[in-house]
Amino acid sequence: MRTAVVVIGAGHAGLAMSRCLTGRSIDHVVLERGEVANSWRTERWDSLRLLTPNWQSRLPGYRYDGNDPDGYRTMPETVEYIARYAEAIGAPVRTRTTVTSVRRTDGGYVVVTDQGEWRCRAVVIASGACNVASVPALAAAVPASIATSTPLGYRNPDQLADGGVLVVGAAATGVQLADEIHRSGRPVTLAVGEHVRVPRLYRGRDIQWWMDAAGVLDLRYDEADDLARARNLPSLQLAGYPDRRTVDLNALTSIGVKLVGRLAGVRDGKAQFSGSLRNQAALADLKMNRLLAAIDEWAARTGLDGAVAPPERFAPTAIEASPPLSLDLARGEIRTIVWATGFRPDYSWLDVPVLDRKGRIRHDGGVVDSPGMYLMGAQFMRRRKSALIDGAGDDARELAAHLASYLDGRRIEARAQRETLGGQNLRPAAAAL
Amino acid sequence: MTAVAEKQVDNGVNVAALLGAREALTAAPEAAKFNWRASCSWVNGTHSRTSVKGFFGLGQEQSHRSEFTFDVDHPEIFASEDHGATPVELVLTGLAGCLTAGVAAIAQLRNIQLKSVKATLEGSMDIQGILGVDSDVRNGFDGIKVKFDIDADASREEIEALVAQSQKRSAVFDIVTNPTNVTVAVN
Repeated sequence: MRTAVVVIGAGHAGLAMSRCLTGRSIDHVVLERGEVANSWRTERWDSLRLLTPNWQSRLPGYRYDGNDPDGYRTMPETVEYIARYAEAIGAPVRTRTTVTSVRRTDGGYVVVTDQGEWRCRAVVIASGACNVASVPALAAAVPASIATSTPLGYRNPDQLADGGVLVVGAAATGVQLADEIHRSGRPVTLAVGEHVRVPRLYRGRDIQWWMDAAGVLDLRYDEADDLARARNLPSLQLAGYPDRRTVDLNALTSIGVKLVGRLAGVRDGKAQFSGSLRNQAALADLKMNRLLAAIDEWAARTGLDGAVAPPERFAPTAIEASPPLSLDLARGEIRTIVWATGFRPDYSWLDVPVLDRKGRIRHDGGVVDSPGMYLMGAQFMRRRKSALIDGAGDDARELAAHLASYLDGRRIEARAQRETLGGQNLRPAAAAL
Repeated sequence: MTAVAEKQVDNGVNVAALLGAREALTAAPEAAKFNWRASCSWVNGTHSRTSVKGFFGLGQEQSHRSEFTFDVDHPEIFASEDHGATPVELVLTGLAGCLTAGVAAIAQLRNIQLKSVKATLEGSMDIQGILGVDSDVRNGFDGIKVKFDIDADASREEIEALVAQSQKRSAVFDIVTNPTNVTVAVN
């Protein structure tokens, strides 16, 4: 079978790209291993809600039109939202089609699937950034008596044995799981390394509203001070709870979660925690306060001060005087370890030499280091919001333009379409995270 | 150019060289593999002398400009002759040197002029551990406290951020806060 472009993955990112290709009358198919929004259907825990409010899910030609713009979607609602988008834009999706190989040929690519082969001139990889749960190598030393789980397999606390749970990692996933597991009556110890603390609500508005309005989310990849660091930053400590509560370390401590340092090793059946917890908390507090100060400055400059609640600052993260440095896993106190230590994409099917030594795709703002190949949905790919549903639109529009030029045989620089809208004004706020 | 950009900050740190090294080592990570060495000879009693000179890095043998030696001993209340600092004081020395170098380098990078930096370190220890009096007491420090007094052209928050970032990037802070495999063999 032949087409101009094969888009791999029918999630929000692949669909946004499909809409932009259709808009340019570029012949394409969207290959999907399961159903539309597959990973939202099959790889998320039961209680998860989106970390962005309902209004913040704008896609090309599509937006939220319900009566709860500030709420947070459940997973079934998210699946419905994306499935409706696929219908609304008439995306040429081939479901139940698993890509097993992509390789280069003269003038294009061969995409091999379990439903036959596609030949095309361009490929868009929109297969997701969170296909595999990253588990640290030290997991191998965990005693066999301890059950382990990852966020991709975890559904709810009832799956876990009664007794203590060590949650490793304090990004969005770790803090949410620590919160719900501890509330289920299983005492949680949370191992905390580098993390990003933010309040859910600031001055009466969602933190995502502030970051969107002040331009923080629009910071471009070629304007970031340290792009490698920005791309590796842990996710914000946020949850989409209906009561809009903040789920930072202080909130967890207040319900009885025990904080320990980063899990640094497992030796002789004992988990060893870093003595750096206090500094990790200090770094996160300083970083949050810089973000809030930038927001305040932006609010003052744009005349919002009268319209929103006054500036506020939150209590520093409380760390006990001597957090424990080790925990005997054989003692029975901990029955389960949950690895909330991040995710990575699966490119095992990609037979084009575009991966760096750490297995990441080499790309310049989504223009992959192989002619006619593009990436979507990666962390900070073209701008800070690239991995959000709300960020797929701008990236898809720009990359579709690049792709169209490529198909036309024209050279184009990845960075040529720099947006200047408001850029200078937003710089201080944008750089704060 | 704005007035801010013209501000001349000199903490004696060659930031351009450090940033250049970071870029070069990202491209050639093999060159980033270093080996640090020390050799120690027993003198008498608890007195020993350790010297450092050669090390390996950037793909080849390297050397300090000259050999540095450190006398290590214990004070008289330990029935020793006190020819030098105790080993644990040298650990504090290493931590202090590492954090202070980090403060200077990061201040330079962030365009902050330092006037003075003073670190005071305190490691608390219950010597029942090393004496074998109580096996529940660990041998090493039960805690280390570092206090920085920093005078610089910067706000308190900027100075706190310098100190926090310096811990984040410090080799010795990592060594003392995280476990390390130590292999000791007899030739």
